Order: sequence, then C-alpha cells, then structure tokens
Amino acid sequence: MIKAVEPHAIDVDAFPGTHGNGHQPATRPIHVRILRQDVSGGESYWERFEVPHEPNMNVISVLQKIAAQAKSRDGRKVAPVAWDCSCLEEVCGSCTMLINGRTRMACSALVDKLLEEDEEIELRPMSKFPVVRDLVVDRRRLFRSLERVEAWVPVDDSYDHGPGPRISPEDQEDAYPLSTCISCGCCLEACPQFNKIEVVRRDDETAEAFETRRKAAFDAAFVGPHAISQAMLFNSHPTGKMIADERLEAVTGPGGVQMCGNAQNCVAVCPKSIPLTRSIARAGRAATVWAIKKLFDR
Amino acid sequence: MAQPRVLVIGGGLAGLAASMRLAELGVGVDLVSLVPVKRSHSVCAQGGINSVNALTRQQGDSEWKHFDDTVYGGDFLQHQPPVKEMADWGPRIVDLMDRLGVPFNRTPEGFRDQRRFGGTLYKRTAFAGATTGQQLLYALDEQVRRREVEGKIKKWEFWDFLGPVLDDAGNCRGAICQDLVTMQFKAFQADAVVLATGGNGLIYGRSTMSMVCTGSAVSRAYRAGAWYGNGEFIQVHPTAIPGADKLRLMSESARGEGGRVWVPRKPQDPRDPRDIPEAERCYFLEERYPKYGNLVPRDIATREIFDICTREHLSVEKDRLCVYLDLTHIPKETLDRKLGGILEIYEKFQGVDPRSMPMKIFPAVHYSMGGLWVDYEKSGSGGMVEGSLRNQQTSIPGLYAIGECDYQYHGANRLGANSLLSCIFSGLFVAPTLQAACGSMKSEAPARLFESALRREEERHQAVLARTAGDENPYDLHQELGSLMTRVATVVRRNDELSAAYDDVCDMEARWQRCAVSDTGNWTNQNVVFTKALGDMFPLAKLILKGALMRDECRGAHFKPEFAMPGIAATDPAEKRLEAEQWCDRFEENTRKWLKSTIAACQPDGSPRISYQDVDTSLITPRPRLYGLVGGDVIEEVWKERQGGANGHAVAAAGQPVGAAS
Repeated sequence: MIKAVEPHAIDVDAFPGTHGNGHQPATRPIHVRILRQDVSGGESYWERFEVPHEPNMNVISVLQKIAAQAKSRDGRKVAPVAWDCSCLEEVCGSCTMLINGRTRMACSALVDKLLEEDEEIELRPMSKFPVVRDLVVDRRRLFRSLERVEAWVPVDDSYDHGPGPRISPEDQEDAYPLSTCISCGCCLEACPQFNKIEVVRRDDETAEAFETRRKAAFDAAFVGPHAISQAMLFNSHPTGKMIADERLEAVTGPGGVQMCGNAQNCVAVCPKSIPLTRSIARAGRAATVWAIKKLFDR
Repeated sequence: MAQPRVLVIGGGLAGLAASMRLAELGVGVDLVSLVPVKRSHSVCAQGGINSVNALTRQQGDSEWKHFDDTVYGGDFLQHQPPVKEMADWGPRIVDLMDRLGVPFNRTPEGFRDQRRFGGTLYKRTAFAGATTGQQLLYALDEQVRRREVEGKIKKWEFWDFLGPVLDDAGNCRGAICQDLVTMQFKAFQADAVVLATGGNGLIYGRSTMSMVCTGSAVSRAYRAGAWYGNGEFIQVHPTAIPGADKLRLMSESARGEGGRVWVPRKPQDPRDPRDIPEAERCYFLEERYPKYGNLVPRDIATREIFDICTREHLSVEKDRLCVYLDLTHIPKETLDRKLGGILEIYEKFQGVDPRSMPMKIFPAVHYSMGGLWVDYEKSGSGGMVEGSLRNQQTSIPGLYAIGECDYQYHGANRLGANSLLSCIFSGLFVAPTLQAACGSMKSEAPARLFESALRREEERHQAVLARTAGDENPYDLHQELGSLMTRVATVVRRNDELSAAYDDVCDMEARWQRCAVSDTGNWTNQNVVFTKALGDMFPLAKLILKGALMRDECRGAHFKPEFAMPGIAATDPAEKRLEAEQWCDRFEENTRKWLKSTIAACQPDGSPRISYQDVDTSLITPRPRLYGLVGGDVIEEVWKERQGGANGHAVAAAGQPVGAAS
C-alpha cells in the first residue's frame, strides 16, 4: 500500500515551467491493467503497464505517461492506449471509464486514492456503449436521447425579442442543477435498464440507411435517466413547457420512463450530483396525469 | 453546388452561434468538431458574460462605457469599430441567451442578477452559478441539435480540419478534413469556410485550456496564407490551481463576489492561514490599487502576484509559488449559490474545502488575445456594416475566423467576461456575411482542386505515419516546448531570452521531423494526430516569440521590464509636474511607435514575416493606462490638459463613473 501524499506538499510550479520534481523520495511505480480493444467489434484483451509515481497524479496523467512511453510492463513496444479527454476538470464529460470497476471521470480520479483501494489500477471502457478503441466508446446514443425528448427551448428565432421570462430564484435554483448535466454517461453505465446496442453497418448499406437503422434501434430502447431529467428541466421552463406534451409523449412512449426499475444507481454515480431520481419521479407523475388526460381527450 | 453551404470548423460558442443563425437564414451548415460540440472548451468558462443592463444603466453606465472599458483594458490595441459593435450588441445577446433557457442567477424579484468583474466599476456581468460558459454552450448546443433534427445542420464530430482548399486565385473554396475514428479524409466544398477553433494554450504545455486547444487548425490556415495578428498577446490568468496535468482555472468571479488575495507579511509564515491576524496579512492588490482592488485587469493582477512571489519572496510556500485567494469571510450559502461550480473543482482536485480554508493559487496561461487577422467594414455610426463580405474575413478571401481564434476584440489584454460575449457576438454577426458570401464566387470550383488537396493531405499524413524509427518522442518534445514558452513568453519577457528561445524552437521543429510514431495504424490513431498537432505548434510559437521580441514596449499582457514606464518618483509638486510632462511625452512617442497591430505572415520556410498595421482609434483617443500607477493623478491632469478637452467621452470615461456600483 502506498501512503497518500498530502495534497499540498507538492512542487508543481506553474512557473518557471518545471514538471513534477526530482527531489521527492522514490516511491513504487504505479501498476495499471487496461482492457484494450484494437478496433470496433474486435477482441478485447488485458495489457499491463507501469509508470513512475509522482505526487498529485490523476488517471489522465497516468494515461499521458503510458502514451509517451508506448511500452507494456514487460517491455514490449505497444501502441499507446486510446482514450477520450478534453477539459481535465470534470466539466466536458469526455473521459468516462470504468476505474477499479466504478464508472467515473478519469480526470477527477486521483491516483493516490485509488492506490488505497488496490495495489493495481484497473481501467476498462464503459460497457454500455460500443467500444471504438481501447477506452474510447461511441456515445452517440446518449445524444440521440436528447433529440428524442426535444431537450431545447422552442424559441421562434435568435433575433432580439427582449429578455426571457422572469424566473424566481427558487425556480432557477431548481433548474440549474439539472442543467449541469455533462453528458458523461455515468448514469447510463450504472442503469440496469440501459443495455448496450451495437449496430454494425452492413456491406451493402448506404451511410444514410445505416444511420436510419441505428436511430430506430436507439429509439426502441430505454431513453435513459439523463434524458428524462432534461425533459423535466425543459418542461419546467416557462417557454420550454410550450411543447411539454411532445416531451411527455416521448417520455411515456416506447423506451420511456416506465422502463425505469427504480434501482437508483444513476443518482449514486452522477459526478455532478444531479437529482436524477427526483426528475424520474416527476416524470412518472407527469406521465400518469398525461395518460389520464389523453384518455379523456379521446 | 446546388444549395448554399457553409463549413463551420469548431463547435464552441462562436461556431454554434454562427451555425444556429445560418440555419435560420436557410444556409446549409456542415459543422466540424474535434469533439462532440457539447464538450468544446467554452464549457470551461466560469464567471459570466458582460453587457450593459437596466441596473448599471441607471448608475450611469452605457454601451459606450463598456466599449471604453474594453479598449482601455486592452491598452487600445483593438480596432475600435468591431469593439463598439460588440458592446452595442451586448444587451441583446444576454437577452437572447436568457430566452434560450440559460439558468442565469436571479434577484429576489426574478430579474437576472449581476456581479462585478475586472477592469470595470459596474456590475455588468450576468452569470449562471460559476459555470456560465457551460450553460451558454449548452443553450446553443440545444438549438443546434434542434436544427440538426430539422436537417438544416450536419455535424461531423470527431473530425479534424487539415487545411483550406484554395483555388488558383487564392480564394477559399472548401477544406480537407479527417475522420478521427476511421482516419479517412474528406474534401468539403463550401461557399465559405469559418474557423471557430479557439485558443492555442497547449503551446505552453500546461494552461487552463482543454486538451483540444492546440491551435492546429489556425496554424494550418496560417501556413496556407492567412495572416496572424497580435500573436505575442497571451493572457495569463491571475488565479489558477497548479496541477501536474493542467492548471485549472479559478474564476475571476471568486474576486467578483468579494474574494481577497493576500500573502503573509512574514515570508512563508508556517501558521494556519486562518490563524494569521489581519495586521500580519498583506492584501497587496487592495493596497496598491485602492480603486479597483482585487478587480484590477488581469494582466496587472497577474504581474503583481508573480512579482510578490518571485521578487518580494512572499510566496505562501517556498518550493511552490502561490498566494492565498480567500473566500472564508463570505457566508457558505452565498458561496454555494454563486460560486458552487468552481469551489467543487478546487475541493475535488485539491482535497481542501475553500469555504473554510483560503485557496492557494498562481497565474496560468489562459487566453490568446491574438489570432487570425480578420477584416471589418466600418459603418457610418462607428460600428460595423452588417452583412459586409469583409467582416471577420481572414486575408484569404472566403475563409473567415470568429471567437477566440480571431484577433479582433481584446487588444493587448482581455477583460474578464468579455470572451463569452465576443464569441457569441462574432458568431451571430458573421452569419449574414457568410450568407452574402454564398454564390459570390463567379464559377464553381473545379473538382481537381479538391482531388489534389486531398492527395496532398493524405501524403502528409502518410509521411508522419512512416516515421517509426526516429529518436524523438512527441510527448516529451511537447513538454519541452511548453516549459520553454512558459518560461520566456508569459508574464515577464526579456529580449535575450526571447531571441534564444526562437532559435531553440527552430531546433525543436527540426527535431520534430525525427519524432517516431508508436502507432502506425489507421483506426483512432491519437498518436499520429497528436504528433501532427505538435508540428503545427512550432510556426505559432515562432510568431509569438518573434512578435514579442520585436515589440520593444509594455502593453497589456506584453511586459518587458526594460521598457517599463514607472510612475512618478518626485514628491515636490513642481518636480512631479515636470516628471509627469516627461512621462506624457514618452507615452505619446511610444504610442506613435507601437500602437500598431502585429501582423505575421508565414514564409515558405515556416518562419514569420512581421509587419505592422495602424490601429483604428477614431472613436476614443488612446490615453495612458493608469490603474494604480504612482503619480497617476498628476499624469492624468497633464494628459487632460494636452487633450484640451477635445475628446469629451474619453476624458469623462477616464474618471470615476458617476454613481458607480459599489
């Protein structure tokens, strides 16, 4: 077990451009095992890596070191591990992966804390999305769900029509957390009702036909807690609610809120602590009212 | 081409705003982005967006004063008409974002709340918690998604822009892009191409910027002939959290909400900061800048923090330079409501709760004021002519640039909360220009242009892939470049160092030719994409260094001690007066010599040819930037006399605004 380093006992100056430091006592190198896959639909395999330990590392800096050394623990030259990342401050939503079995963002996964759990760090790609390569997955279904629930304010246009509606601080404070969803997909990975869909393009299929078929497959399946929460966000906005019925149609249709099994995993893994189960409960109630209304409107 | 079509490169605030407006205008949009657009770097912007508003207006504020603060804060290096137009659009843009559902913080009565930001005395900044960039980006992302469902926009996410396609007359007719999953190349024909690809912080290794901010798209346009303006002006943000992989931003809004910057008067005082009494703390910004306090413009705050650590040796820690940014006197509930997002970042990455313990922060590279040179057409009222083909057009006809990757709005130093405004503004404003550009080319671009450009890019790619035997590691070389640039081309610049660094960068560029790729495959090959992006950093690094080397003055973020103009040393009134006269003489001479845009053009060997262009200062006469300068009052007096009250606006705005927000 490696002792956790005091967060501030660190020498990482912004200036004059030093990197890490050379006068810390030598610590044991970090061992990492990564579930790799070379291409979409290919076989997966484990590969082990070893990188020097430095204070204050996160999983991103481990992957950066692996990319730079491009060799496995047993010294073989291997292609760098592919992974998604961008902001490194847990707001872009790119770097979701399974770290020691848990779905989370790699940038905010601090190495010293992980090493308290286990001597080796395990990295795997998300299991609910098709693997593109190594830790990179294809999350376009997540964004398709946002289209399904029409997660936008249906303004007339982007010209000047004065300010938006007055909103009370209470309503703003209710809406803001829902609006901080970074589309990372953690909730989807953890949800027992959200299962992997991998549609493979046929040899004789045009790009458009493939796209249509893939969308149809997505649309028949569970829309996911993130999208239900967005539907509730926009249904609570004074202008957004003008198409509330359309969103409820989507949320109560095939793959809608009724598929939720109330496992509550989503809210437990959300890195932004978004009250997803509250949104789902609201959607459930709205769906009931909606169903009754539809019954009487017939 | 049947339907008019515009190619937008980059899906941050600027690219999305342009795409949204183009779709409304009936112009087809291909939107190319390195990442899903919702993950663009705009998402990292925290503090807010500036505009005049009903409240500040009643305190004496106006669009003109916002314009004035922006050019004064930018040390007058911007052409003024585009800045005026932007400030005029401010209120409309914030209203629009409000309508699109951005959850701006609210007053008890339900109006948008505002806070104060640097370089102004008014509370002009609307905000959504401390994740305003995220919320603005999401609102535009949602509108673009809506138009995508309607078939008006086609997104190409995980695609890389490799370069523009130019016809024989030098007009841009499209671009070559590459799918970063399949690694396949595609030629896009377009009536106009607009770059909205953000800053280039990765040239400095670690910065507050995202990993996609390599500057590669801009570099590729530059090498194809687009000029680059004011490259040496790089904003170093005063407050960031040092980290091994990234220097994470700690928003200016922390100070806007009352955060105080200080160091213990006793060097490296070992006590818990909370136990250090007030009298033993040095609130150096408040002491030296009583008017603006902790909210002096960023270049000044950065230099002060840097100085107090490096020259006065008052860094909180000995081995790691940092100062305290203290929020602990503010009620926790207020902090959570107004700054929650950034406090969570500090807590998550540092393991310390900033609500109860002062944060440790230090400056970090943050924003590129410089960027692709773009044109504009001045209107009769001093703004820009809407729809003019010249607006936002680079020196390559048909190629446009908007957002952080243009050089147009922030001069020598950007004011906080003006970047979100300039990105959305330039995105919306360029749309009618792009619409007018559709069909402006007389003849259809011949297919051979695209075929040969495609072949050229494929060959370039193959050449990098074939380098498996070199002795250089691209990731290590990148670190080396970043360290060098951070050391010589940030807060303090010296000619001998800049000159030596230029040669070093040339050496590094030669070494880049020997970089070995460790992945030679054609599937999600991040290794080769990074290696190519690294190669693209050198031409930009060279123009930054060359521009900085040649500019022998201090202006905004560009500071050379050798050419600094210190305040008044004398105490005797007559001598003070004399010194102030001399100071103003020198200021006028310097203005004549250096109030010019730096224009870099890429030469065949990749080195920059630097020339200078006069700045349009037709609306506000440039005046000394006197924030906190010793003897500034005497200098201002002399200066006003010299102007003879000729420019009423400028003189009035230089003084204390009437009824300014406290």
